[in-house]
Amino acid sequence: MTRTRTFVLIGVVVALVIAGVGSWYASSAPDGLEATAEEQGFGSTARDSAAADSPLADYTASWIGDDRLSGGLAGVIGVLLVLALTSVLVLLVRRRTSRDDSAPRADARQH
Amino acid sequence: MHVPDGFLDATTSTGTAAVAAAGVALALRGSRHELDERTAPMAGLTAVFVFAVQMMNFPVAFGTSGHLMGGALAAVLVGPWTAVLCLTVVLMVQALVFADGGLTALGTNVTLLGLVAIGVGYGVFRGLRAVLPATRTGLLTSAGVGAFLSVPTAALVFVGLFGLGGVADVALGPVTAAMVGVHLLIGLGEAVITVAVLGAVFTVRPDLVRGGRHLLRARELAPRPGLAGATAVDAR
Repeated sequence: MTRTRTFVLIGVVVALVIAGVGSWYASSAPDGLEATAEEQGFGSTARDSAAADSPLADYTASWIGDDRLSGGLAGVIGVLLVLALTSVLVLLVRRRTSRDDSAPRADARQH
Repeated sequence: MHVPDGFLDATTSTGTAAVAAAGVALALRGSRHELDERTAPMAGLTAVFVFAVQMMNFPVAFGTSGHLMGGALAAVLVGPWTAVLCLTVVLMVQALVFADGGLTALGTNVTLLGLVAIGVGYGVFRGLRAVLPATRTGLLTSAGVGAFLSVPTAALVFVGLFGLGGVADVALGPVTAAMVGVHLLIGLGEAVITVAVLGAVFTVRPDLVRGGRHLLRARELAPRPGLAGATAVDAR
C-alpha cells in the first residue's frame, strides 16, 4: 500500500509538470471539432460558455500578467482540483460500499 | 473534442444530459466493485493524468490539433465504471472552471468523451484481449486498438447528434467526412499515448493496471522453481 502511495505521488508530480510546464509547448491550433466546424460553416453557432468569465477561463490565470506563468498556474490549479474532487468521490463510493457489504466483510475477517 | 454551447439545440442537449446522468448513476454503482485497495488510489491519479495530458494538444494535419481523450487509457487502468467517474470529474472541472466545453454541452461531452469513448475503447480492448495472446504485447495491442477506434467513433456519434439537433443547417455528408477524417489522425495519437503510458505503468507496477491483472494471475499460477515463498505481489 505504501508503495502504491509512492507511485501515485510520483504520478501526480508528473501530471503537475505536464500541466504546469509542458502545456506551454502544446499546439494552439484549433482542435479537430473546431477546425471542422469552421471549415463546414457551423463554427459561428458556438456561443460563449456561461463560465467564460471564470478567472481561469481558457486555462489562463487572468490575474497574472505573464502568459507562461498564468497558463502554468491554471494547469496546476486544475490538477489539484481534479485530484481533490476525484478523491472525495472515490471516498464516498467506497464508504457506501463498506456499509452495504458490512455483513460479508465482517464474516471475511473471521477467516 | 469538447463541444461548445450552441452547436446542438436544447432538446438534443437535454437528451444527452439525461444519457450522461444515467451513465454516471450506473458508474457510481459499478465502480463499487472496481475500487479496491489498488484501484482506489489509482483513480485520482488517472483523472489528473487525463486532465494534464488533455492540455497537451498535438498538431495533426492542416493547421489542426488534437489531444488525448483518455477514455480507453482510464478504463484499462482503473476499470470502465471508475473511468466514467474520472472523465466526468475532468469534464466538469474543464467546463465549470476553464470554460473548456460548454455548460449546456456538459451532458454531450460526458456522453461522447466519457460513455462512448470508454464503451468503445474498453469494449474493443476486452474483445481483443480475449483472442490475443495473454502477454504484455497482447495487452498493449488491445488497448492501443481500443484507444484508436474510440476517437473516430466519438466523432461519428457527435455527427449523429448534430444530424438530430445541430443548430446550423449544413450538409451532413461533408461534416461526417471531415470529422471522421481528422479524428482518425487524432486517434493515432490517442493510441500512441495510451500504449506508451500503459506500457510504462505495466513495467513499473503491473498490478496497478486493472485490465492486465489476468496476466499476473497467470504468472502466479505458473510454477516458480526456487521461489517457494511469497510472490512479489503478495509482498506488497
